[in-house]
Amino acid sequence: MKIHEYQAKELFSKYGVTVPRGGVAFTAHEALEVAKTLGGYPVVLKAQIHAGGRGKGGGVKLAFSEEEVKQYASELIGMRLVTHQTGPEGKIVRKILVEEGLPIVQELYLGMLPDRRTGTIAIMASLAGGMDIEEVAAKEPEKIITVNVDPLLGLQPFHIRQFVYGLKLSSDIAKAFTTMITNLYRLFIDYDCSLVEINPLVITSDQRLIALDAKVNFDDNGLFRHKDILAYRDLDEEDPFEVEASKYNLNYIKMDGNIGNMVNGAGLAMATMDLIKLAGAEPANFLDVGGGASAEMVENGFRIILSDPNVKGVLINIFGGILRCDVLAQGIVEAAKKVEVKVPVVIRMEGTNVEKGREILQQSGLNLIVATDLNDAAQKIAAIAKS
Amino acid sequence: MSIWVNAETRVLVQGITGREGQFHARQCIAYGTKVVAGVTPGKGGQYMDEVPVFNTVKEAVRETGANCSLIFVPPTFAADAILESIDAGLPLIVAITEGIPVLDMMRVKGALKSSSSRLIGPNCPGIITPGQAKVGIMPGHIHRPGNIGVVSRSGTLTYEVVHQLTLQGLGQSTCIGIGGDPINGTNFIDCLKAFQEDPETKGIVMVGEIGGSAEEEAAEFVKTFVTKPVVGFVAGLTAPPGRRMGHAGAIISGSSGTAQAKIAAMEAAGIAVVKNLGHLGELCKEIFSKAT
Repeated sequence: MKIHEYQAKELFSKYGVTVPRGGVAFTAHEALEVAKTLGGYPVVLKAQIHAGGRGKGGGVKLAFSEEEVKQYASELIGMRLVTHQTGPEGKIVRKILVEEGLPIVQELYLGMLPDRRTGTIAIMASLAGGMDIEEVAAKEPEKIITVNVDPLLGLQPFHIRQFVYGLKLSSDIAKAFTTMITNLYRLFIDYDCSLVEINPLVITSDQRLIALDAKVNFDDNGLFRHKDILAYRDLDEEDPFEVEASKYNLNYIKMDGNIGNMVNGAGLAMATMDLIKLAGAEPANFLDVGGGASAEMVENGFRIILSDPNVKGVLINIFGGILRCDVLAQGIVEAAKKVEVKVPVVIRMEGTNVEKGREILQQSGLNLIVATDLNDAAQKIAAIAKS
Repeated sequence: MSIWVNAETRVLVQGITGREGQFHARQCIAYGTKVVAGVTPGKGGQYMDEVPVFNTVKEAVRETGANCSLIFVPPTFAADAILESIDAGLPLIVAITEGIPVLDMMRVKGALKSSSSRLIGPNCPGIITPGQAKVGIMPGHIHRPGNIGVVSRSGTLTYEVVHQLTLQGLGQSTCIGIGGDPINGTNFIDCLKAFQEDPETKGIVMVGEIGGSAEEEAAEFVKTFVTKPVVGFVAGLTAPPGRRMGHAGAIISGSSGTAQAKIAAMEAAGIAVVKNLGHLGELCKEIFSKAT
């Protein structure tokens, strides 16, 4: 789960990590109120969306007067912000963060995330922070110091020394850095984070270390033990189809094509989408009904696919393991009775209780096209896409 | 021959009294697997059909000589269940559970390093040696005993692959689903190494998917150490881009992780990569019939 920068900074403050003074604003009027409390100019206005690259996309403004705060705030709120992480459709800005401007002398980078290769937490830091950190990583990887921390051992002083000496931090900054990284590591562990990132982490002219930006993502699988974090969820930032799907524990991602598909298992779902594409059609979605799907989940998945007006046909590909074919067939039949199915549906199933499943489909009296194997299914669905 | 499980494997099922645990324990027994014990805290002394249930793994091992654990415990308690099996010294642990928090798995990974246990999964279909033992949730009837080793990150995609192999008359030595989670116990390389060393395995099918760099690392291993023919498949060519986590994800993985990068790495290692899943069985027939 993702949260906004201003929410991440709330968490940072809770953990003693220094952030710029400021507050969130939903209107230009509120932005001005926040700016007045900061006691001077310039102030920074930052669009709050769940995507990076905001600076380059024009979502960050520096205001030197009350007039500029009002002007920029009204420009930002409501704008469609396009960055390299939002896709071409961009995201609507609904709120901004208004913060004090700081006299910056250096921009650093600090990031923590699980490293799947080693099964540890990778902590990365660099003196080359700022907007081009990904380019630095690609072209000058030696400028980034990476330390792997085994959570069984925890963050140790020797880990931190690798950053302090590697980055040649002054003793004042080293002290602040040690406190900050210790607190951030605690936050990461306490909240099952999948990412904690500060870019840039700045040193000011009066030698303070401040998290100018804040990005925190959470491991969805860990959310059951962090009910307080669920309050941070912003449904405006999520695709409405995906929100609907998540209510039923379905893994759905909307795409641009016109062939809906419902598959059990993420790997087979991706392979089925690839197959649709190879057959000359475009998938309208990714939908994994999961291993332990019930007839009700299948029914809801079916409903979500059919609510996308672009869908011209649906391919259902189920290989029964945990999900038995008879359960699936029951779900399809129940859904088809409740939802008005106006598009052709090709069904391919194999595995546990497949005969029982096919029997249920055939006896349903519904117009379902049964495919014999994957190639047959792909050809049948491609023919529908072309018709 | 086979790797890791065979007709002699004595399986205990953690979470045997739950809905899924019970269903699949029965399926394993029906396949011929020796399921000798179940473990559900608080239900010790009961029976699931003919299988005695114990409160702890240690007790179950002591009483029944179980040497392999199959885990169906819900994600909230699953890491604890794996740790209990590691502590009891079980050589093989197969975790089916989906949705275990990453941090929990990191702790499990740390505990595995200082043990002699092998963990398969989590979030996987398990392991099967056709005709001998099914330790997992895969539909047994699609498998046939034979000479092809199958290793996959996926669940149902593995069934599809196995089904096609069987239809082509290609039986399997052992099939392993290593699981789709970011952090798992056994990886591609562990399986490739075991298949390479297993005299009964004549060919290998490796099924990957987007994300991480496990396929790229496995390809390097194949290039250097594997002399048996390998057929590969990678799911996710059309997967939506941009589902990434900030800068850190890009920094740590670089250009690896995409289906294109994985396919390129695998082809460079001499792996025959199938692009159209529908034709996988036919291609395997063509390649493996030369070798077997």
